[in-house]
Amino acid sequence: MKKHLLAAAIVALAAGSAMAQANDTLAKIKGSASVTLGVRESSGLSYTLGNGKYVGFHTEMGERILDDIQKQLGLAKLDVKYQPVTSQNRIPLVTNGTVDLECGSTTNNAARQKDVAFAVTTYVEEVRMAVKANSGINSITDLKGRTVATTTGTTSVQTLRKNERAGNLDFKEVYGKDHADSFLMVETGRADAFVMDGSILAANISKAKNPADYKIVGEVLSVEPIACMLRKDDPAFKKAVDDSIKRQIADGSLAKLYDKWFMQPVPPTNTKIGLPMSEATKNAWAHPNDKPMEDYAKK
Amino acid sequence: MSWDWQVFCTDTLDQTTVAGCFGKGGDITYLDWLLSAWGWTVSVSLLSLALALVLGGLIGTLRTLQGRPWVVRLGNAWVELFRNIPLLVQLFLWYHVLPSFFPSLQRVPGFVLVIFALGLFTSARIAEQVRSGLESLPRGQRYAGMAVGFTTFQTYRYVLLPMGLRIIIPPLTSETMNIFKNSSVAFAVSVAELTMFAMQAQEETSRGVEIYLAVTALYVVSAFAINRVMAFIEKRSRVPGFIAASSAGGH
Repeated sequence: MKKHLLAAAIVALAAGSAMAQANDTLAKIKGSASVTLGVRESSGLSYTLGNGKYVGFHTEMGERILDDIQKQLGLAKLDVKYQPVTSQNRIPLVTNGTVDLECGSTTNNAARQKDVAFAVTTYVEEVRMAVKANSGINSITDLKGRTVATTTGTTSVQTLRKNERAGNLDFKEVYGKDHADSFLMVETGRADAFVMDGSILAANISKAKNPADYKIVGEVLSVEPIACMLRKDDPAFKKAVDDSIKRQIADGSLAKLYDKWFMQPVPPTNTKIGLPMSEATKNAWAHPNDKPMEDYAKK
Repeated sequence: MSWDWQVFCTDTLDQTTVAGCFGKGGDITYLDWLLSAWGWTVSVSLLSLALALVLGGLIGTLRTLQGRPWVVRLGNAWVELFRNIPLLVQLFLWYHVLPSFFPSLQRVPGFVLVIFALGLFTSARIAEQVRSGLESLPRGQRYAGMAVGFTTFQTYRYVLLPMGLRIIIPPLTSETMNIFKNSSVAFAVSVAELTMFAMQAQEETSRGVEIYLAVTALYVVSAFAINRVMAFIEKRSRVPGFIAASSAGGH
Protein backbone atom coordinates (compact mmCIF):
# COMPACT_ATOMS: atom_id res chain seq x y z
CA MET A 1 0.00 0.00 0.00
CA LYS A 2 2.72 2.41 1.03
CA LYS A 3 4.69 1.60 -2.09
CA HIS A 4 1.66 2.42 -4.23
CA LEU A 5 1.23 5.77 -2.53
CA LEU A 6 4.88 6.56 -3.06
CA ALA A 7 4.65 5.57 -6.71
CA ALA A 8 1.55 7.74 -7.15
CA ALA A 9 3.36 10.67 -5.56
CA ILE A 10 6.34 10.21 -7.85
CA VAL A 11 4.11 10.04 -10.94
CA ALA A 12 2.33 13.21 -9.83
CA LEU A 13 5.64 14.99 -9.33
CA ALA A 14 6.94 13.82 -12.69
CA ALA A 15 3.77 15.05 -14.40
CA GLY A 16 4.13 18.37 -12.64
CA SER A 17 7.68 18.85 -13.81
CA ALA A 18 6.76 17.75 -17.33
CA MET A 19 4.21 20.55 -17.49
CA ALA A 20 6.71 23.03 -16.20
CA GLN A 21 9.00 22.01 -19.04
CA ALA A 22 6.80 23.83 -21.56
CA ASN A 23 9.03 26.86 -21.26
CA ASP A 24 8.05 29.83 -23.32
CA THR A 25 7.19 32.64 -20.97
CA LEU A 26 6.84 35.24 -23.73
CA ALA A 27 4.19 33.10 -25.48
CA LYS A 28 2.44 32.57 -22.13
CA ILE A 29 2.39 36.34 -21.47
CA LYS A 30 1.16 37.07 -24.98
CA GLY A 31 -1.55 34.41 -24.82
CA SER A 32 -2.94 35.45 -21.44
CA ALA A 33 -2.14 39.19 -21.62
CA SER A 34 -1.07 38.85 -18.00
CA VAL A 35 2.17 38.32 -16.14
CA THR A 36 3.03 37.60 -12.52
CA LEU A 37 5.82 39.58 -10.88
CA GLY A 38 7.34 38.07 -7.73
CA VAL A 39 7.98 40.71 -5.04
CA ARG A 40 9.14 40.76 -1.41
CA GLU A 41 7.25 42.08 1.57
CA SER A 42 10.11 43.41 3.68
CA SER A 43 13.45 43.50 1.98
CA GLY A 44 15.61 46.53 1.28
CA LEU A 45 15.11 46.30 -2.47
CA SER A 46 11.46 45.31 -2.59
CA TYR A 47 8.80 45.76 0.07
CA THR A 48 5.12 46.40 0.65
CA LEU A 49 3.29 49.49 1.87
CA GLY A 50 0.25 47.36 2.72
CA ASN A 51 -3.03 47.14 0.80
CA GLY A 52 -1.42 45.10 -1.98
CA LYS A 53 0.95 47.90 -2.94
CA TYR A 54 4.54 46.85 -3.64
CA VAL A 55 7.44 49.26 -4.05
CA GLY A 56 11.22 49.40 -3.92
CA PHE A 57 14.16 49.70 -6.27
CA HIS A 58 13.87 46.21 -7.70
CA THR A 59 10.06 46.18 -7.78
CA GLU A 60 9.98 49.36 -9.84
CA MET A 61 12.74 48.09 -12.10
CA GLY A 62 10.71 44.89 -12.62
CA GLU A 63 7.66 46.95 -13.60
CA ARG A 64 9.74 48.78 -16.21
CA ILE A 65 11.04 45.47 -17.58
CA LEU A 66 7.44 44.31 -18.00
CA ASP A 67 6.55 47.60 -19.75
CA ASP A 68 9.32 46.95 -22.26
CA ILE A 69 8.13 43.38 -22.77
CA GLN A 70 4.59 44.63 -23.35
CA LYS A 71 5.92 46.94 -26.08
CA GLN A 72 8.01 44.15 -27.57
CA LEU A 73 5.01 41.83 -27.75
CA GLY A 74 2.76 44.60 -29.09
CA LEU A 75 0.14 44.03 -26.40
CA ALA A 76 -2.43 46.81 -25.95
CA LYS A 77 -2.88 45.87 -22.31
CA LEU A 78 -0.77 43.78 -19.92
CA ASP A 79 -2.22 42.78 -16.59
CA VAL A 80 0.59 42.72 -13.99
CA LYS A 81 -0.18 40.54 -10.97
CA TYR A 82 1.96 40.83 -7.86
CA GLN A 83 2.85 37.72 -5.92
CA PRO A 84 4.67 38.22 -2.62
CA VAL A 85 7.33 35.55 -2.13
CA THR A 86 9.60 34.54 0.76
CA SER A 87 13.14 33.18 0.84
CA GLN A 88 11.61 29.74 1.37
CA ASN A 89 9.12 29.65 -1.52
CA ARG A 90 10.58 31.90 -4.20
CA ILE A 91 12.44 29.21 -6.17
CA PRO A 92 9.56 26.67 -6.20
CA LEU A 93 7.12 29.41 -7.25
CA VAL A 94 9.30 30.41 -10.20
CA THR A 95 9.98 26.84 -11.34
CA ASN A 96 6.34 25.76 -11.08
CA GLY A 97 5.15 28.71 -13.18
CA THR A 98 3.26 30.68 -10.51
CA VAL A 99 5.71 33.56 -10.80
CA ASP A 100 7.11 34.59 -14.21
CA LEU A 101 9.73 37.10 -13.07
CA GLU A 102 10.94 37.59 -9.49
CA CYS A 103 12.61 40.91 -8.71
CA GLY A 104 13.27 40.96 -4.98
CA SER A 105 16.58 40.43 -3.27
CA THR A 106 17.65 37.03 -4.55
CA THR A 107 21.38 36.30 -4.59
CA ASN A 108 22.58 34.73 -7.81
CA ASN A 109 24.60 31.68 -6.77
CA ALA A 110 25.70 28.45 -8.38
CA ALA A 111 23.37 26.25 -6.31
CA ARG A 112 20.32 28.23 -7.46
CA GLN A 113 21.48 28.29 -11.07
CA LYS A 114 20.80 24.54 -11.13
CA ASP A 115 17.07 25.31 -10.74
CA VAL A 116 16.52 28.80 -12.17
CA ALA A 117 18.10 31.44 -14.40
CA PHE A 118 19.04 34.98 -13.43
CA ALA A 119 18.86 38.25 -15.36
CA VAL A 120 21.96 40.43 -15.43
CA THR A 121 23.05 41.63 -12.00
CA THR A 122 21.50 44.96 -11.06
CA TYR A 123 22.68 45.34 -7.49
CA VAL A 124 25.76 44.05 -5.73
CA GLU A 125 25.33 43.54 -2.03
CA GLU A 126 28.29 43.78 0.32
CA VAL A 127 28.02 42.03 3.66
CA ARG A 128 29.46 44.17 6.49
CA MET A 129 28.61 44.85 10.11
CA ALA A 130 26.74 47.50 12.06
CA VAL A 131 28.00 48.40 15.52
CA LYS A 132 27.36 51.07 18.11
CA ALA A 133 29.43 54.12 17.15
CA ASN A 134 31.16 54.14 20.56
CA SER A 135 31.92 50.41 20.67
CA GLY A 136 35.47 50.69 19.33
CA ILE A 137 34.90 47.82 16.90
CA ASN A 138 36.37 48.60 13.49
CA SER A 139 37.20 45.27 11.96
CA ILE A 140 36.20 41.64 12.16
CA THR A 141 39.32 40.92 14.21
CA ASP A 142 37.92 43.21 16.94
CA LEU A 143 35.08 40.75 17.40
CA LYS A 144 37.21 38.31 19.39
CA GLY A 145 35.27 37.27 22.47
CA ARG A 146 32.28 39.43 21.50
CA THR A 147 28.75 38.50 20.56
CA VAL A 148 27.69 38.82 16.93
CA ALA A 149 24.07 38.90 15.74
CA THR A 150 22.74 37.88 12.37
CA THR A 151 19.38 36.79 11.01
CA THR A 152 18.21 33.18 10.68
CA GLY A 153 17.63 32.09 7.10
CA THR A 154 20.19 34.37 5.45
CA THR A 155 23.47 33.67 3.72
CA SER A 156 25.21 35.90 6.29
CA VAL A 157 25.08 33.06 8.83
CA GLN A 158 27.26 31.03 6.50
CA THR A 159 29.56 33.98 5.83
CA LEU A 160 30.06 34.46 9.55
CA ARG A 161 30.83 30.78 10.03
CA LYS A 162 33.43 30.87 7.25
CA ASN A 163 35.12 33.96 8.65
CA GLU A 164 35.21 32.49 12.12
CA ARG A 165 36.84 29.35 10.82
CA ALA A 166 39.29 31.06 8.46
CA GLY A 167 40.46 33.74 10.89
CA ASN A 168 40.56 31.43 13.89
CA LEU A 169 38.32 33.93 15.62
CA ASP A 170 36.27 32.95 18.59
CA PHE A 171 33.05 34.86 18.97
CA LYS A 172 29.55 34.00 20.13
CA GLU A 173 26.77 34.04 17.55
CA VAL A 174 23.15 34.91 18.22
CA TYR A 175 20.42 34.68 15.61
CA GLY A 176 17.48 37.05 15.32
CA LYS A 177 14.29 35.76 13.78
CA ASP A 178 14.19 38.77 11.43
CA HIS A 179 16.38 41.80 10.71
CA ALA A 180 14.50 44.06 13.13
CA ASP A 181 15.06 41.47 15.85
CA SER A 182 18.79 41.22 15.11
CA PHE A 183 19.14 45.00 15.17
CA LEU A 184 17.24 45.13 18.45
CA MET A 185 19.90 42.84 19.96
CA VAL A 186 22.58 45.42 19.11
CA GLU A 187 20.34 48.21 20.40
CA THR A 188 19.75 46.48 23.74
CA GLY A 189 23.39 45.43 24.10
CA ARG A 190 22.74 41.71 23.81
CA ALA A 191 25.03 41.66 20.76
CA ASP A 192 28.02 43.86 19.85
CA ALA A 193 27.67 43.72 16.07
CA PHE A 194 25.06 42.84 13.45
CA VAL A 195 26.50 41.21 10.35
CA MET A 196 24.26 41.58 7.31
CA ASP A 197 23.85 42.97 3.79
CA GLY A 198 24.89 46.63 3.66
CA SER A 199 21.52 47.86 2.37
CA ILE A 200 19.66 46.15 5.19
CA LEU A 201 22.05 47.58 7.81
CA ALA A 202 21.66 51.06 6.35
CA ALA A 203 17.86 50.75 6.31
CA ASN A 204 17.76 49.55 9.94
CA ILE A 205 20.07 52.31 11.12
CA SER A 206 17.99 54.92 9.30
CA LYS A 207 14.93 53.69 11.22
CA ALA A 208 16.66 53.61 14.64
CA LYS A 209 15.68 56.04 17.38
CA ASN A 210 18.99 57.81 17.04
CA PRO A 211 20.75 56.85 13.77
CA ALA A 212 23.95 58.68 14.76
CA ASP A 213 24.56 56.07 17.50
CA TYR A 214 25.33 53.39 14.93
CA LYS A 215 27.78 53.00 12.12
CA ILE A 216 28.65 50.45 9.46
CA VAL A 217 32.26 49.32 9.78
CA GLY A 218 34.73 46.67 8.79
CA GLU A 219 35.90 44.92 5.69
CA VAL A 220 33.50 43.48 3.13
CA LEU A 221 32.88 39.95 4.37
CA SER A 222 31.11 38.69 1.29
CA VAL A 223 29.97 40.05 -2.07
CA GLU A 224 26.63 38.90 -3.43
CA PRO A 225 25.20 39.74 -6.84
CA ILE A 226 21.44 40.36 -6.58
CA ALA A 227 19.36 39.87 -9.73
CA CYS A 228 15.88 39.18 -11.00
CA MET A 229 15.09 35.48 -11.20
CA LEU A 230 13.31 33.69 -14.04
CA ARG A 231 12.72 30.16 -15.28
CA LYS A 232 15.65 28.17 -16.59
CA ASP A 233 16.03 27.33 -20.28
CA ASP A 234 13.90 30.14 -21.67
CA PRO A 235 16.47 32.13 -23.73
CA ALA A 236 13.92 34.38 -25.47
CA PHE A 237 12.43 35.62 -22.18
CA LYS A 238 15.86 36.03 -20.57
CA LYS A 239 17.00 38.08 -23.57
CA ALA A 240 13.92 40.32 -23.36
CA VAL A 241 14.53 40.92 -19.64
CA ASP A 242 18.27 41.48 -20.05
CA ASP A 243 17.74 43.86 -23.00
CA SER A 244 15.31 45.94 -20.97
CA ILE A 245 17.78 46.17 -18.05
CA LYS A 246 20.63 47.13 -20.40
CA ARG A 247 18.39 49.78 -21.94
CA GLN A 248 17.62 51.17 -18.46
CA ILE A 249 21.32 51.25 -17.58
CA ALA A 250 22.29 52.86 -20.91
CA ASP A 251 19.74 55.69 -20.83
CA GLY A 252 20.45 56.51 -17.18
CA SER A 253 16.95 55.71 -15.94
CA LEU A 254 18.19 52.94 -13.64
CA ALA A 255 20.65 55.35 -12.01
CA LYS A 256 17.77 57.77 -11.41
CA LEU A 257 15.81 54.91 -9.90
CA TYR A 258 18.74 54.11 -7.58
CA ASP A 259 18.89 57.73 -6.48
CA LYS A 260 15.15 57.71 -5.82
CA TRP A 261 15.22 54.61 -3.58
CA PHE A 262 18.58 54.97 -1.81
CA MET A 263 19.39 58.67 -1.62
CA GLN A 264 15.96 60.34 -1.32
CA PRO A 265 13.36 59.95 1.45
CA VAL A 266 11.33 56.79 0.79
CA PRO A 267 7.92 55.62 2.03
CA PRO A 268 6.43 54.60 4.39
CA THR A 269 8.36 56.68 6.98
CA ASN A 270 9.98 59.13 4.53
CA THR A 271 13.46 58.55 5.84
CA LYS A 272 16.59 58.46 3.74
CA ILE A 273 18.55 55.22 3.55
CA GLY A 274 21.59 57.19 2.38
CA LEU A 275 23.61 54.42 0.76
CA PRO A 276 25.64 55.68 -2.22
CA MET A 277 26.14 53.22 -5.06
CA SER A 278 29.07 50.89 -4.38
CA GLU A 279 31.95 50.40 -6.79
CA ALA A 280 30.87 46.79 -7.19
CA THR A 281 27.37 47.81 -8.31
CA LYS A 282 28.78 50.41 -10.70
CA ASN A 283 31.06 47.75 -12.13
CA ALA A 284 28.16 45.33 -12.62
CA TRP A 285 26.22 48.01 -14.52
CA ALA A 286 29.22 48.86 -16.69
CA HIS A 287 29.67 45.21 -17.66
CA PRO A 288 26.23 43.55 -17.48
CA ASN A 289 26.62 39.86 -16.61
CA ASP A 290 24.83 37.04 -14.82
CA LYS A 291 27.84 35.54 -13.06
CA PRO A 292 27.04 33.75 -9.78
CA MET A 293 28.33 34.80 -6.37
CA GLU A 294 31.11 32.19 -6.52
CA ASP A 295 32.79 34.11 -9.40
CA TYR A 296 32.95 37.26 -7.29
CA ALA A 297 34.73 35.45 -4.47
CA LYS A 298 37.56 34.38 -6.77
CA LYS A 299 38.62 37.93 -7.49
CA MET B 1 11.29 18.38 -8.94
CA SER B 2 13.94 15.81 -8.25
CA TRP B 3 15.21 14.60 -4.91
CA ASP B 4 18.69 15.19 -3.72
CA TRP B 5 19.19 13.51 -0.36
CA GLN B 6 22.95 13.88 -0.74
CA VAL B 7 22.40 17.36 0.62
CA PHE B 8 22.72 15.98 4.16
CA CYS B 9 26.19 14.67 3.39
CA THR B 10 27.34 18.14 2.34
CA ASP B 11 29.91 20.05 4.34
CA THR B 12 28.45 23.25 5.80
CA LEU B 13 31.52 25.34 5.00
CA ASP B 14 32.66 24.47 1.48
CA GLN B 15 29.51 22.66 0.22
CA THR B 16 31.40 19.55 -0.89
CA THR B 17 30.00 16.07 -0.41
CA VAL B 18 31.62 14.22 2.48
CA ALA B 19 32.07 10.45 2.31
CA GLY B 20 30.22 8.72 5.13
CA CYS B 21 28.03 11.76 5.74
CA PHE B 22 29.58 12.68 9.10
CA GLY B 23 32.18 15.44 9.13
CA LYS B 24 35.63 14.64 10.45
CA GLY B 25 38.18 16.73 12.30
CA GLY B 26 35.87 19.58 13.27
CA ASP B 27 34.11 19.77 9.91
CA ILE B 28 30.36 19.73 10.13
CA THR B 29 27.94 18.28 7.59
CA TYR B 30 24.26 19.13 7.43
CA LEU B 31 23.55 15.69 8.93
CA ASP B 32 25.73 16.51 11.96
CA TRP B 33 23.96 19.80 12.28
CA LEU B 34 20.51 18.22 11.93
CA LEU B 35 21.27 15.78 14.76
CA SER B 36 22.64 18.50 17.01
CA ALA B 37 19.53 20.58 16.27
CA TRP B 38 17.39 17.59 17.22
CA GLY B 39 19.36 17.38 20.47
CA TRP B 40 18.53 21.01 21.23
CA THR B 41 14.83 20.43 20.49
CA VAL B 42 14.74 17.38 22.76
CA SER B 43 16.66 19.15 25.55
CA VAL B 44 14.45 22.23 25.47
CA SER B 45 11.33 20.06 25.43
CA LEU B 46 12.29 17.66 28.21
CA LEU B 47 13.61 20.35 30.57
CA SER B 48 10.53 22.53 29.98
CA LEU B 49 8.36 19.47 30.54
CA ALA B 50 10.07 18.76 33.86
CA LEU B 51 9.55 22.35 34.99
CA ALA B 52 5.96 22.36 33.76
CA LEU B 53 5.10 19.10 35.54
CA VAL B 54 6.53 20.24 38.87
CA LEU B 55 4.98 23.72 38.78
CA GLY B 56 1.74 22.60 37.12
CA GLY B 57 1.24 19.81 39.67
CA LEU B 58 1.90 22.18 42.55
CA ILE B 59 -0.27 25.05 41.31
CA GLY B 60 -3.07 22.70 40.23
CA THR B 61 -3.10 21.09 43.67
CA LEU B 62 -3.08 24.42 45.49
CA ARG B 63 -6.13 25.47 43.49
CA THR B 64 -8.21 22.70 45.05
CA LEU B 65 -7.31 23.45 48.69
CA GLN B 66 -10.35 23.88 50.92
CA GLY B 67 -10.64 26.93 53.17
CA ARG B 68 -7.63 28.76 51.69
CA PRO B 69 -9.27 31.28 49.33
CA TRP B 70 -6.11 33.37 48.83
CA VAL B 71 -3.98 30.42 47.85
CA VAL B 72 -6.68 29.39 45.37
CA ARG B 73 -6.83 32.93 43.96
CA LEU B 74 -3.06 33.01 43.57
CA GLY B 75 -3.20 29.73 41.66
CA ASN B 76 -6.01 31.04 39.47
CA ALA B 77 -4.04 34.22 38.73
CA TRP B 78 -1.00 32.14 37.76
CA VAL B 79 -3.01 30.04 35.34
CA GLU B 80 -4.81 32.99 33.76
CA LEU B 81 -1.58 34.99 33.41
CA PHE B 82 0.42 32.30 31.64
CA ARG B 83 -2.48 30.84 29.68
CA ASN B 84 -3.75 34.09 28.21
CA ILE B 85 -0.54 35.51 26.76
CA PRO B 86 0.62 33.98 23.46
CA LEU B 87 3.71 31.83 23.85
CA LEU B 88 5.86 33.83 21.45
CA VAL B 89 4.97 37.06 23.25
CA GLN B 90 5.88 35.48 26.59
CA LEU B 91 9.20 34.43 25.14
CA PHE B 92 9.97 37.97 23.99
CA LEU B 93 8.98 39.29 27.41
CA TRP B 94 11.56 36.96 28.95
CA TYR B 95 14.19 37.74 26.33
CA HIS B 96 13.85 41.45 25.60
CA VAL B 97 11.64 43.10 28.23
CA LEU B 98 12.69 41.57 31.56
CA PRO B 99 16.44 42.08 30.91
CA SER B 100 15.82 45.80 30.42
CA PHE B 101 14.51 45.91 34.01
CA PHE B 102 16.98 43.41 35.48
CA PRO B 103 20.26 43.80 33.54
CA SER B 104 21.71 40.67 35.15
CA LEU B 105 19.20 38.62 33.15
CA GLN B 106 21.08 39.61 30.00
CA ARG B 107 23.82 37.16 30.96
CA VAL B 108 21.35 34.30 31.06
CA PRO B 109 21.51 32.31 27.80
CA GLY B 110 18.45 32.13 25.56
CA PHE B 111 18.29 28.39 26.18
CA VAL B 112 17.48 28.90 29.86
CA LEU B 113 14.97 31.66 29.16
CA VAL B 114 13.12 29.53 26.64
CA ILE B 115 12.85 26.72 29.20
CA PHE B 116 11.30 29.16 31.63
CA ALA B 117 8.94 30.61 29.04
CA LEU B 118 7.82 27.24 27.68
CA GLY B 119 7.81 25.61 31.14
CA LEU B 120 5.65 28.29 32.76
CA PHE B 121 3.30 28.49 29.77
CA THR B 122 2.75 24.74 29.89
CA SER B 123 2.58 24.69 33.70
CA ALA B 124 -0.59 26.81 33.51
CA ARG B 125 -2.19 24.26 31.20
CA ILE B 126 -1.07 21.32 33.34
CA ALA B 127 -2.30 23.08 36.49
CA GLU B 128 -5.72 23.36 34.91
CA GLN B 129 -5.72 19.65 34.12
CA VAL B 130 -4.55 18.67 37.61
CA ARG B 131 -7.30 20.80 39.12
CA SER B 132 -9.98 19.25 36.93
CA GLY B 133 -8.62 15.78 37.69
CA LEU B 134 -8.79 16.39 41.45
CA GLU B 135 -12.23 17.97 41.21
CA SER B 136 -13.59 15.06 39.25
CA LEU B 137 -13.05 12.79 42.27
CA PRO B 138 -16.13 12.15 44.40
CA ARG B 139 -16.25 14.41 47.44
CA GLY B 140 -16.35 11.31 49.65
CA GLN B 141 -12.69 10.59 48.93
CA ARG B 142 -11.55 13.76 50.67
CA TYR B 143 -13.90 13.03 53.60
CA ALA B 144 -12.55 9.50 53.81
CA GLY B 145 -9.05 10.87 54.20
CA MET B 146 -10.18 13.22 56.94
CA ALA B 147 -12.12 10.46 58.66
CA VAL B 148 -9.03 8.28 59.09
CA GLY B 149 -7.22 11.23 60.66
CA PHE B 150 -4.99 12.27 57.75
CA THR B 151 -3.62 15.79 57.62
CA THR B 152 -4.38 17.80 54.43
CA PHE B 153 -0.94 16.87 53.06
CA GLN B 154 -1.51 13.19 53.76
CA THR B 155 -5.00 13.29 52.23
CA TYR B 156 -3.53 14.63 49.00
CA ARG B 157 -0.49 12.39 49.08
CA TYR B 158 -2.23 9.09 49.79
CA VAL B 159 -5.82 9.58 48.60
CA LEU B 160 -6.52 12.39 46.14
CA LEU B 161 -3.40 12.80 44.00
CA PRO B 162 -2.84 9.10 43.20
CA MET B 163 -6.36 8.89 41.79
CA GLY B 164 -6.57 12.39 40.27
CA LEU B 165 -3.27 12.11 38.42
CA ARG B 166 -4.24 8.78 36.88
CA ILE B 167 -7.37 10.37 35.44
CA ILE B 168 -5.45 13.13 33.66
CA ILE B 169 -2.83 10.98 31.96
CA PRO B 170 -4.57 11.20 28.54
CA PRO B 171 -4.69 15.02 28.43
CA LEU B 172 -1.16 15.11 29.88
CA THR B 173 -0.03 13.00 26.93
CA SER B 174 -1.34 15.64 24.55
CA GLU B 175 0.42 18.31 26.57
CA THR B 176 3.77 16.54 26.45
CA MET B 177 3.43 16.18 22.69
CA ASN B 178 2.50 19.86 22.45
CA ILE B 179 5.66 20.83 24.29
CA PHE B 180 7.75 19.22 21.54
CA LYS B 181 5.93 21.17 18.89
CA ASN B 182 5.90 24.42 20.87
CA SER B 183 9.64 24.13 21.41
CA SER B 184 10.01 25.44 17.85
CA VAL B 185 9.55 28.99 19.22
CA ALA B 186 13.06 28.64 20.66
CA PHE B 187 14.52 29.58 17.26
CA ALA B 188 13.30 33.13 17.88
CA VAL B 189 15.78 33.56 20.73
CA SER B 190 18.69 32.00 18.96
CA VAL B 191 18.55 28.39 20.14
CA ALA B 192 19.90 26.26 17.30
CA GLU B 193 17.00 23.78 17.30
CA LEU B 194 15.21 22.03 14.45
CA THR B 195 13.13 24.93 13.16
CA MET B 196 16.14 27.20 13.01
CA PHE B 197 18.10 24.45 11.29
CA ALA B 198 15.32 24.09 8.71
CA MET B 199 15.18 27.79 7.95
CA GLN B 200 18.92 28.19 7.76
CA ALA B 201 19.87 25.00 5.95
CA GLN B 202 17.23 25.39 3.25
CA GLU B 203 18.56 28.86 2.54
CA GLU B 204 22.14 27.62 2.27
CA THR B 205 21.47 24.49 0.24
CA SER B 206 18.38 25.49 -1.78
CA ARG B 207 17.01 21.99 -1.01
CA GLY B 208 14.07 23.13 1.07
CA VAL B 209 11.82 20.15 0.47
CA GLU B 210 14.37 17.55 1.60
CA ILE B 211 15.34 19.60 4.66
CA TYR B 212 11.76 20.21 5.75
CA LEU B 213 10.82 16.54 5.22
CA ALA B 214 13.69 15.41 7.42
CA VAL B 215 12.84 17.94 10.12
CA THR B 216 9.16 16.99 9.99
CA ALA B 217 10.08 13.33 10.38
CA LEU B 218 12.18 14.10 13.48
CA TYR B 219 9.33 16.08 15.06
CA VAL B 220 6.94 13.21 14.38
CA VAL B 221 9.39 10.67 15.82
CA SER B 222 9.98 12.77 18.96
CA ALA B 223 6.31 13.46 19.61
CA PHE B 224 5.35 9.86 18.92
CA ALA B 225 8.09 8.54 21.21
CA ILE B 226 6.78 10.60 24.12
CA ASN B 227 3.28 9.45 23.24
CA ARG B 228 4.41 5.80 23.57
CA VAL B 229 6.16 6.52 26.87
CA MET B 230 3.00 8.07 28.26
CA ALA B 231 0.89 5.19 26.93
CA PHE B 232 3.23 2.82 28.77
CA ILE B 233 2.90 4.81 31.99
CA GLU B 234 -0.85 4.89 31.58
CA LYS B 235 -0.97 1.13 31.17
CA ARG B 236 1.37 0.34 34.06
CA SER B 237 -0.26 2.73 36.52
CA ARG B 238 -3.80 1.60 35.82
CA VAL B 239 -5.85 0.49 38.81
CA PRO B 240 -8.07 -2.38 37.66
CA GLY B 241 -11.72 -1.43 37.68
CA PHE B 242 -11.08 2.22 38.47
CA ILE B 243 -11.44 3.90 35.09
CA ALA B 244 -13.46 1.95 32.59
CA ALA B 245 -12.30 3.84 29.52
CA SER B 246 -8.63 3.09 30.00
CA SER B 247 -9.17 -0.68 29.74
CA ALA B 248 -9.98 -0.25 26.06
CA GLY B 249 -6.37 0.34 25.12
CA GLY B 250 -5.92 4.00 25.82
CA HIS B 251 -6.56 7.04 23.73
